[in-house]
Amino acid sequence: MPFGNSHNQLKMNNSCEQEYPDLSKHNNYMAKILTPALYEKLRSKQTPSGFTVDDVIQTGVDNPARLTIKQRPAEEEYPDLTEHNNHMGKVLTLDMYKRLRQRCTPNGFTIDNVIQTGVDNPGHPFIMTVGCVAGDEETYEVFKELLDPIIQDRHGGYKPTDKHKTDLNPNNLKGGDGLDSKYVLSSRVRTGRSIRGFCLPPHCSRGERRAVEKLSLEALDALTGDLKGKYYALKNMSEAEQQQLIDDHFLFDKPVSPLLLASGMARDWPDARGIWHNDNKTFLVWVNEEDHLRVISMQKGGNMKEVFTRFCTGLTKIEELFKNKGHAFMWNEHLGYVLTCPSNLGTGLRAGVHVKLPNLSKYRQFEEVLKRLRLQKRGTGGVDTAAVGGIFDISNADRLGFSEVELMQMVVDGVKLLIEMEKRLEKGQSIEDLMPAQK
Amino acid sequence: MRRVRNAIMPFGNTHNNFKLNYSGDEEYPDLKKHNNHMAKVLTKEMYAKLRDKQTPTGYTLDDIIQTGVDNPGHPFIMTVGCVAGDEESYEVFKDLLDPIISDRHSGYKATDKHKTDLNFENLKGGDDLDPKYVLSSRVRTGRSIKGYALPPHNTRGERRAVEKLSVEALNSLDGEFKGKYYPLKSMTDAEQEQLIADHFLFDKPVSPLLLAAGMARDWPDARGIWHNENKTFLVWVNEEDHLRVISMQQGGNMKEVFKRFCVGLQRIEEIFKKHNHGFMWNEHLGFVLTCPSNLGTGLRGGVHVKLPKLSTHAKFEEILTRLRLQKRGTGGVDTASVGGVFDISNADRLGSSEVEQVQCVVDGVKLMVEMEKKLEKGESIDSMIPAQK
Repeated sequence: MPFGNSHNQLKMNNSCEQEYPDLSKHNNYMAKILTPALYEKLRSKQTPSGFTVDDVIQTGVDNPARLTIKQRPAEEEYPDLTEHNNHMGKVLTLDMYKRLRQRCTPNGFTIDNVIQTGVDNPGHPFIMTVGCVAGDEETYEVFKELLDPIIQDRHGGYKPTDKHKTDLNPNNLKGGDGLDSKYVLSSRVRTGRSIRGFCLPPHCSRGERRAVEKLSLEALDALTGDLKGKYYALKNMSEAEQQQLIDDHFLFDKPVSPLLLASGMARDWPDARGIWHNDNKTFLVWVNEEDHLRVISMQKGGNMKEVFTRFCTGLTKIEELFKNKGHAFMWNEHLGYVLTCPSNLGTGLRAGVHVKLPNLSKYRQFEEVLKRLRLQKRGTGGVDTAAVGGIFDISNADRLGFSEVELMQMVVDGVKLLIEMEKRLEKGQSIEDLMPAQK
Repeated sequence: MRRVRNAIMPFGNTHNNFKLNYSGDEEYPDLKKHNNHMAKVLTKEMYAKLRDKQTPTGYTLDDIIQTGVDNPGHPFIMTVGCVAGDEESYEVFKDLLDPIISDRHSGYKATDKHKTDLNFENLKGGDDLDPKYVLSSRVRTGRSIKGYALPPHNTRGERRAVEKLSVEALNSLDGEFKGKYYPLKSMTDAEQEQLIADHFLFDKPVSPLLLAAGMARDWPDARGIWHNENKTFLVWVNEEDHLRVISMQQGGNMKEVFKRFCVGLQRIEEIFKKHNHGFMWNEHLGFVLTCPSNLGTGLRGGVHVKLPKLSTHAKFEEILTRLRLQKRGTGGVDTASVGGVFDISNADRLGSSEVEQVQCVVDGVKLMVEMEKKLEKGESIDSMIPAQK
């Protein structure tokens, strides 16, 4: 087989459609990635030594099949989504599936990988889950056709052309240091980070996961001052350490949610998973749970400003340390921070408080108030738990399309207002005039 | 061992190209706390040698072992810790699977040949087990359809094709085999109630051993239950294997159960062959199934039998071992016996034929019932203890 047609200038007289190889019977990675649009974009380029895209792909054109079992028609493979109620089920038509199954990311993540969790978990009549995950940074690009509408639906109409703003400057937060500690029991901010150059938890190999752990430890061990801390690997934790972490409410265990498990995040548990926290127990990092890193800043009482300051300082330091090792966080100007679940894109930030609202929570417009303030409620055990003793976990509802500071501001201002309302209701007074407008 | 309810773990990272950037050592699983066949056999060197291979459908070593990595095992129960994704898995990954097969199947060698015998007439006796002791009799096996990947690895399209072919084959059966198919996803409440009452219904697996291998993906798509009108012949479609075939009835007439089993199986096989999709079989491994523990005959033939006295005898376990039988509770594997009633079945799958295995059950149960009767009368059974078969 010859080495292509580098210097055949006549080929440029033919259109892209005429030159584009027939890859319909091909089953190699080049065939899955090289769309006509991409071929068109690259066909006129060459390297300094004169190597062209046709040279690059010739071997793949000449050798169509690695697998002997041919792909069955899309109609036979398309999942039955008639009983499903999740974002993926709403968006993935047969035609879309047909197109997307021809593609995969450079690391081999396919449409079936993306949607498996949504196929296996039809959802709940009242809760709208996302139903897909990313296996690597490129998933969001290769499977845009599916993910953009899902992102739009999930994130308040966020368009494929929108830009996301990142702001981790705690000085931009106004107030937040004076939330009434008779009502606000604790404050917490969490986010996730993905390390560029590694596949995400649904798809990463053991080697990658261990490399993420090793890098993370090196970065975290370099922290100093009030961020100085220690790592506890899940797989060789002592009984005493385990008990302490449980008492501190720091320990995470193998996920039990079928939503997470169906996507493959729990493979090889507990290999390369662990918990790092500082000596003061106010800054905590989970390694290799649902995302490469989950970073949490928390403390008793209502000083959200302090929590957020520590959060930003810690995150910025960690990011620097990773960059010094040649591994930035996955981020782009459209999606902000890239994380495993599309619901966490943008800031990945959930900032909230545990707050006593026994009167307000029974008020008929409680849900409406939260909605207008762009807040959400959860029980004090976290997502999918019930409130106990009138204490609620109140946090920001948004993740994408607002910066970290903006989301923090909503929580701080919103919770302040909720407490005022609670105090009024305690005294039997009306709160009609306090009803906020939709933010 | 039930740890996580309703948990599903998928078929991992088959095509993760980045993993080959890491050395064998970096990717090798941590098996220090593991106690399953895979962990005993898979050395770092073997992992390095096999890690970049794949079967024609793209199944890799990491796929094979994922269930064993995710389920370290139990100090007292030795699980297999791997599954096949297709027929070729057993060939491409021989280096791993042959030693496991040998360990699990009593020293079966890589060069051994397995004999298949589904001629029910070769079974001696079996029609006279005492129904005062033997409450019910059952024989089950599995079959894989050639040309399709196995449950850990198959696609939705393949699974649906297996269902379609199976339903065609089963619907063409007549006489005592005439029956009906109940797909899991469109079952009515009434049908479901009835199937539960008949003890026929299977549900999404909860065992982490099965789930970690990816068999429950897309549940309940293309899964279903077929049974004949008499409710004595039952087929599960797309559960742990492409097909699970079960013949059963109340009482102790194992001969009749086995006859129906063989006749039904052979009829089904004929129909599949006509469509150019015979069963996966070869002369070394016999019938090829998802779990290496089911190779050979894939047959578990057994009875529910009342042995309240014998089961408390000091030598009960020893007797079972010598008879090449195993006991389970009446809820099946990993359950306890209730009221002295045990599920007694053949321990072997590979290296002996169907007739030989059912013969062990028939002869063994007959002997144990006689022992039970002796013990009831307060007599000794020392003279009846059998030699090792």
